[in-house]
Amino acid sequence: MNMLEIKNLKAGIGDTEILTGLSLSVKPGEVHAIMGPNGSGKSTLAQVIAGHEDYEVRDGTVEFLGKNLLELEPEERAREGIFLGFQYPVEIPGVNNAYLLKAAVNAKRKHAGLGEIDAFEFLKIARETMKMLDMDPSFLNRGVNEGFSGGEKKRNEILQMAILEPRLAILDETDSGLDIDALKAVANGINALRDPERSIVLVTHYQRLLDYVEPDFVHVLSQGKIARSGDKSLALQLEEKGYDWVREAASA
Amino acid sequence: MSTDPNDIESLVNRRYEHGFVTDIAADSLPPGLDEDVVRAISAKKNEPEFMLEWRLKAYRHWLTMQEPEWAHVHYPPIDYQEISYFSAPISDEDRPQSLDEVDPKLLETYDKLGIPLHERARLAGVAVDAVFDSVSVATTFKERLHEAGVIFCPFSEAVTDHPELVQKYLSSVVPYRDNFFATLNSAVFSDGSFVYVPKGVRCPMELSTYFRINAANTGQFERTLIIADEGSHVSYLEGCTAPMRDENQLHAAVVELVALKDAEIKYSTVQNWYPGDENGKGGIYNFVTKRGDCRGDNSKISWTQVETGSAITWKYPSCVLRGNNSVGEFYSVAVANNMQQADTGTKMIHIGRNSTSTIVSKGISAGRAQNAYRGLVRVMPQAQGARNHTQCDSLLIGKECGAHTFPYMEVKNQSAKIEHEATTSKISADQLFYCRQRGISEEDAVNMIVNGFCKEVFKELPMEFAVEAQALLNVSLEGAVG
Repeated sequence: MNMLEIKNLKAGIGDTEILTGLSLSVKPGEVHAIMGPNGSGKSTLAQVIAGHEDYEVRDGTVEFLGKNLLELEPEERAREGIFLGFQYPVEIPGVNNAYLLKAAVNAKRKHAGLGEIDAFEFLKIARETMKMLDMDPSFLNRGVNEGFSGGEKKRNEILQMAILEPRLAILDETDSGLDIDALKAVANGINALRDPERSIVLVTHYQRLLDYVEPDFVHVLSQGKIARSGDKSLALQLEEKGYDWVREAASA
Repeated sequence: MSTDPNDIESLVNRRYEHGFVTDIAADSLPPGLDEDVVRAISAKKNEPEFMLEWRLKAYRHWLTMQEPEWAHVHYPPIDYQEISYFSAPISDEDRPQSLDEVDPKLLETYDKLGIPLHERARLAGVAVDAVFDSVSVATTFKERLHEAGVIFCPFSEAVTDHPELVQKYLSSVVPYRDNFFATLNSAVFSDGSFVYVPKGVRCPMELSTYFRINAANTGQFERTLIIADEGSHVSYLEGCTAPMRDENQLHAAVVELVALKDAEIKYSTVQNWYPGDENGKGGIYNFVTKRGDCRGDNSKISWTQVETGSAITWKYPSCVLRGNNSVGEFYSVAVANNMQQADTGTKMIHIGRNSTSTIVSKGISAGRAQNAYRGLVRVMPQAQGARNHTQCDSLLIGKECGAHTFPYMEVKNQSAKIEHEATTSKISADQLFYCRQRGISEEDAVNMIVNGFCKEVFKELPMEFAVEAQALLNVSLEGAVG
């Protein structure tokens, strides 16, 4: 069974149609990179899969492990195992990072029919994961993304992903705005989570993340659908020839 | 999927859980107010002459007063002749000596509220003086308090058993002429709590009272007086719920605190009166006068309140910092949802040298509610070295609610240091989506954000109360976002 099966997806906001008939299959264990110029629909795709209510789905189907994803609420999708790493993680002042994460872990466990974990168990898991990601333990006691630098916010997303152990992770421009050290740290985190049972979709504007996280497939989006698919060499080609090359190919 | 994420106000709806009326026959006066009613109340309580005279003075003065209109609240005029000023459970004559003798219906009522009285009393070591309608019904742990020399009893009992203390301190913080509602209370108050902690005694347990308004159409006029003698310490908890009903109910309580030299009083309130339905129909009108007098040097009075109920809240727990080095504190969470209107805050009057005060106010508005903070910091000319820090934060949920801040500062001593910080924030659709994407339901996300916003105040509450307050807040805001 495919992890994610998108067929002829059309979605948009108001009168604007952003995704214009997109199809994509992701199998367990695969890493897919979605690339494309600004406005091609990359982030919209990520938001639609996560269930953001601003986006209206007008046609097509999205299945996750054989289930119709479009009829689930955002929190149900998350509990089923979908994780979205946000491009701009929002600040939630006053809410402790550890508290949010523990609530998320327990919401997921409850959904799976498992017992809740207590604060001690949670902290043990969190500390081990942070060690793996080379993160400062003080992160846990800060307000969610409150006063975090851009790099810290992105690392925090990776930390959440690592602790929540999703089946399908969609990382929306997790590499943007990172310096080289932060990029490596984030890439290490992603690589550590590669698993035959887990699929990862990297939404990215640039090819540099793919130097560290090697994708199985690369897709290039143009005008709301996939214009071109290939292996990692496509990303390099793209870097060389620019997006115009894809646009021309798409309209040809 | 179909709901508009901006349509935050539509989640603001959950029916009031504590809406029920216990069927206990009440011995009530017919509606109406004149001197005879005041005399009848005093007679029913077997009060000494000085009380009746004081009540009558208050009543006569009240007749000359106008209902205040300056608060940021709106309500139809109250007809004071339509209110019944006294109601007592029929079992008044035969006051139970222990919980076993308490009317099982009453215990059931507490059970419905999730407050099993005996459980609480036994497990938590809390002495409970439960006010049911206007007469106190159950008083426990009296012996332990008695050993410590602490007097904790219904107000009416204090009038009979300790008239000298009542006469000395009653009205010494809130004079009977103070304001329209306090004056009305002085004339007709039916009962309340009385606490006296003698010199150097640290009260061995938290003192707790649960208020309930029950009989239909009965105004509730509570009077509480707490005196902490020199070097003593007491923590008092007050919590309320009320049954659902259609008519508006007037509540005008008065609380007076007196802290003598080196004494400390901590007064915590969790208020959950019926706020009315989503159109504002049927809620409680809560016009309360709460004031503490730091009468001695180095004394301290701390107010902590979590206000979630009432259709209208008009309440300004205040501290008169008379003693040198005296300390006043006010920590408040006020939630207004649906059509609720809250105008609340505090007054800190600095008179003593080096007196300090702290104000932390957290206002949460949801639905179409209006929430106003009104605070006065006054530094008198003799208050050399006075200090105040005020922090006033508002959280908005949805687009139709309002938050208002009315800070007043009157500083007449140049050495005073006054600070005022204020913020306004909003629960955004982005924050909610972020939480939901992590598997947390929208309501849990709202609760989490609200509790994060309030935690500075919650940490001031006694542990057990803090848990309750948090749960109450969650209930009050359930459905606040959608």
